[in-house]
Parts: sequence; C-alpha cells; structure tokens
Amino acid sequence: MFDFVAFIPRAIVQGIPLLLGSTGETLTEKSGNLNLGIPGVMYVGAISGVVGAFLYEQAVPTGDLNNFLAVLIPLLCSLLGSALMGLLYSFLTVTLRANQNVTGLTITTFGVGLGNFFGGSLIKLSGASVPSLVLTRTSLAFTKTLPFSGSLGWFGKIFLSYGFMAYLAIAIALAVSYVLNRTRVGLQLRAVGENPNTADAAGIDVNRYKYVATCVGSMIAGLGGLYFIMDYAAGIWANDTFGDRGWLAIALVIFTVWRPNIGVLASFLFGGLYILYLFIPTGTNMAVKELYKMIPYVVTLIVLVLSSMRNKRENQPPAALGLAYFREER
Amino acid sequence: MNKQRDPLFHIVKRAALPWYKAWGIRAAAIVLALILCALITTLITGEDPIQVYVTIFEGGFGTARRAWILFHNLAMLLIVALAVTPAFRMRFWNIGGEGQVLIGCLASAACMITLGDKLPNGVLLAVMALASILAGAVWAGIPAIFKARWNTNETLFTLMMNYVATQLAAFFIIIWEVPKGSGTIGIINQSTMAGWLPQVGPSKYFLNILIVAVLTVLMYLYLNYTKHGYEIAVVGESERTARYVGIKVGRVIIRTLLLSGAICGLAGFLLVSGSDHTLTTSLAGGRGFTAVMVSWLAKFNPLFMIFTSFLLVFLARGAAEISTSFGLNQSFSDILTGVILFFIIGCEFFINYKLSFRSAKKEG
Repeated sequence: MFDFVAFIPRAIVQGIPLLLGSTGETLTEKSGNLNLGIPGVMYVGAISGVVGAFLYEQAVPTGDLNNFLAVLIPLLCSLLGSALMGLLYSFLTVTLRANQNVTGLTITTFGVGLGNFFGGSLIKLSGASVPSLVLTRTSLAFTKTLPFSGSLGWFGKIFLSYGFMAYLAIAIALAVSYVLNRTRVGLQLRAVGENPNTADAAGIDVNRYKYVATCVGSMIAGLGGLYFIMDYAAGIWANDTFGDRGWLAIALVIFTVWRPNIGVLASFLFGGLYILYLFIPTGTNMAVKELYKMIPYVVTLIVLVLSSMRNKRENQPPAALGLAYFREER
Repeated sequence: MNKQRDPLFHIVKRAALPWYKAWGIRAAAIVLALILCALITTLITGEDPIQVYVTIFEGGFGTARRAWILFHNLAMLLIVALAVTPAFRMRFWNIGGEGQVLIGCLASAACMITLGDKLPNGVLLAVMALASILAGAVWAGIPAIFKARWNTNETLFTLMMNYVATQLAAFFIIIWEVPKGSGTIGIINQSTMAGWLPQVGPSKYFLNILIVAVLTVLMYLYLNYTKHGYEIAVVGESERTARYVGIKVGRVIIRTLLLSGAICGLAGFLLVSGSDHTLTTSLAGGRGFTAVMVSWLAKFNPLFMIFTSFLLVFLARGAAEISTSFGLNQSFSDILTGVILFFIIGCEFFINYKLSFRSAKKEG
C-alpha cells in the first residue's frame, strides 16, 4: 500500500523551495525580465542566511539561541543577499540593456560559485571533519511546529508538521497572486511586461517597475534557498546539495502558466514527483531508480507541449518577456 | 523622473561603431575586470596581484601538458559553441547543448561497450561517430519539431531535455558499471583500446583539436556563404519577412536544429572516443551553458568564437590554478569567471549606446 501519510509531507517540504523560487520568478517575469539567474539567486539566498546563522551561532557559543534572533538574522541576511543579486541582474538588463539569457546564465554561474565558495570556506573555518557545515541550533528555531501538531495523528502530520516558512511560502504565493491580479500595482506591472511602450505612454515608470519586481522576486526566490538549508536539510550546508532545484523552479513558472496561486498545488505535485522514485519499490534494481528520477522533467515537458498546443491567450507568457526596453526605439 | 529639469545625461543609440573601437571597449572591459579580480584575490589571499597573474598564466601554459589540456578544453568548448550558434542566429535559444553532448557521449560509450569486441576498430569508430551524431540530432530535433509546429518554448524544452539525458546516462552507467556497485564505468576497453581514436601528431588531443578547427572554418562558410546560412539569418531577423519571401520557417528551424544537435553529438563522440574514454553524467562539464556565452560574446561569428572560448577556458583554468595554489576552494574560479562576464556583458551597452551629457546636448 502506498504510504500517503509519509509521502505527502515529504512532497510538500520538497515543494516549498520550488514554490518560493517559482513565485519569485513569476513576479520577475511579469515585469518582462526572464531571470535565468534564479538558481544562482537561490544559492546566494541560502548562503547569505547560512553566513548570518553561522556568525550568530559563533557569537552565542553555548546554550540555547534566542529563537527570535535565530530566525531574524538569517532571514534578513538572506533577503539582503538575494536582493543584491536581483539588483545586479536589473542593473545589467534594465539600465545597461544586456541580453537577458546571457546575463541570467552568468548570474547562475556566479551565484552558485559564491554559494559554494563561502560554504566551503565556512566548512574549513568550522574545522569540521566532514565536508558540511552544521547549524542545528538555528535549524531548530526554523523548524518549530505548533505544540499540539504531534498529537493530531495523520491530520497533524499532513497539515501542521512544517516550520513557519512553509506557511509563509504559501502566504507569499497567494499574496503575489492577489497583487498581480487584483491591484493597481499588479495591473501596471503586467502592463510593463506585456507592452512597455504603452505602459510608458500611460505614465508608468517602466524601469522602476522592472527593478522592483526583479529585486522583490529575487528576494522571494532566495527565501527558497534559505528554507531548503534551514528547514529541509535541518541546517546542514554541504556544497551543491541544493542541486538543480532552481531550474525546476523556472520550469514550474511555465507549468503554472504564470499563476502563483496554482503554484501552491503544482509545487507540491512537483515535490512529489521529485521524490517519487524513493517510494516506488524497485527491489535491488538501482538503475531503474535513475529512470524514475526523470519523471518531473518529463511531466514538465508534457505540460509545456500541451499548454503550447492549446495556445489559450491567457496562458501565454508576458508578451515582452526577454526584451530590453529602450524608449527611443520603436 | 523629474520632468521639469533636463536630466544630467540621456542615452542615445549609436550607429554602428567601427570594429576596432568596439573591440577596444571590450578589451578595456576585460582589463578592468581582471584588475577587479586581482583586487578581490589580493584581498582574500594577501598575495600581490602580479603574482596572481603569473599563477593564472602558469595554470594555462605552465607545462606542455597543461597547454595541450588547455587547447583541448578550448576545442571542446568551441565545438559546442559552434553547434549552438546556427540556432542562436535564428533566435532559437538552445540551452540544451549539455544534454545533446551527453546523449552523444552515451551513444558512443554504448557502441564501445556493446560492440567493442565484435567489429574491427575502423568500422567501430564509424559506427560510434554515426550513432553519436544521430543521438545528438534527435535530442535537438524533438524540441525543434514542437517549436516549429506549436511554438513551444524552446528554452525550457531544451533545458528539460538536459535532465532527461542526464538521468538516461545515469541509468546506463549503473547497468554497465565496473566493478558492480561502484557507480562508475571506469576507462572503457582499457586493454584493447577498441573505439579509441588513434593518436595523431604530437599529443592524444591533437586529432580532436584538428577536427574542431576544420569544423570552425566549415561553420563559418556555412553561415556566411550558403543559402542555408542566409535563410537562418532571415528567420533570425524576422519570421514574417522570412515567410513573405517564401522561406518555410518550420523547416529551417528543424533542419538547423538537427545540424546543431548533430555537432553536439559529434562533440560527445570526440569526448568519449578521443579524450576521456569513459562515461560520467558530468562529462559535458557545463559546456552547453558556457557555449551560450562564447557564442553570444563573439556575436555569433565562428571565427571570433575561437578567441572568446580561449578567453573563457583560459580564465577558468587560471582561476582554478589560483584556487589551488592559494588554498582557496575550487568555486572561487566560478566567482572570478562571473565577474569577468559581468564586465563583458555590461560593456556591450557602451558599444550600442552613448551617453550624451547635458552640456554636450546644448551644443548639438
């Protein structure tokens, strides 16, 4: 019998980093910026938080940490780090009008390098014998669940067994969805992504919208990296553990046809597909497991193809996605 | 923005800049980037910047062996860049070079392992090359068909195909692993050397380099002096124009991507048969992504790509050398490469636009 009570919570914790990444990327893409640097940004978000947590743990060498500070410091560091990456991307693509694909790929190289460099250096500093950095005390603050969640059986397991950032992620996704579709700011942002010329003519400051959307989007995506280390990985940083989740987050944006509220469920589905291979009994045949790991990518491909075949107008990417805007160019 | 006052400067699009000025700007950007990188390295290691450059240079050219490896890496990056370039000229953002190379590697390795003792070496090599080229072409052809027929987003499609290829390779690596349970294949046909490209000239890398050099010239001719190359350029400029003049856009897309994938497959063959003689999931080594950079920096010109891929390979190698000799971790080279690329990307702005300042504007 397939063990849903064990499977669903694991799918959800796998899905949360993807949800944050894709929410951030959706917001960015709505402004017309295709940020392929999200994998790098998520690494930077993670490592910035790790650096903050490391310094705080060093400052309080023994005993318990102040839970509030243990959460706040890494959170702020993470937001700052990823915002800077967003700023760098916006400066290059909006102000200097560089090619977005190339800039994004470079941001990814740079961000992953930055993450692994500082990660590796911290591991060296901490003098650990294994190639990983353990921040268990900080992680405990991040993974605090409601006190009664353990006593509620399967309901508690499926709905209440997560750290606060999981709920925050869902709240952010719903909030971004609301802002995009129900507010004036969202309308103007979408206008910038669809047709910056018209938006400009209507008096919208195109560059400001692009900058703000990209930076805020990066900050949200960076939180995904932070969640992964502090909650999912129980505060253990090892180089390259985050893997290719950043790319999956970008795929998820298309999967959800640019709607963060759909993203909530879609990311859990993705998370489930990502770990499905652990739950399919294969006996001793290790090779087949590698084939099952293909599932999330193949499903993305199928969705990509189906959505392009149906070709509905409301399911299309922002019309000016990937194009730099220059007012004097028609 | 404050509308009452004239802004301090405004931005004007430049007409085409003479090539020497454009390359001057790029060279200046690279020099600035190198200075910044040296500063960063000096700050972290405390070494004097000149020593840092000496180390970079030694990393690339320190010994004859290092130089050969450098040139081989250059050739391997260049061939992937050559492969993706025709697609880029059509604005088909193929970032699946990685997967296309890997699937070529897989096809070659499969032939080496299953047919290694059944065919004479010459036939085996031909079969391997053919299998790799076909595999690469199929891997790039699938997204192309969907792009041509339903305008499916190619960036994501090719990206996902990378992971499918990686998992497929991982699957076969476990099936063929030697010894069982190790998770690696090891050197294939080490004793018989079946399916190994013979050594030609002074180094085992020489043949690979030669093949890529010939291919570079062919690609240059193909893109600039053939009907196909012209059609690619027209589709890249404007699909509507292409349709209007009677070019079958879908067919051009599929044909070009088959070519693109075929060259990636060939690169896979060269990697397995010519240099590495093994199969790992990371054999393509990120070249599919770096090739995007190489191609774009060279403005999609195959001859300039020799220079840009040299630059990237040299810097990566030099930065790796800095990391090891100053006891930093390997990822430091990614950071330095990133910084240099940011400068090069940023400097394009000063080639395409010029800032005209307030006072200058009044004169004009």
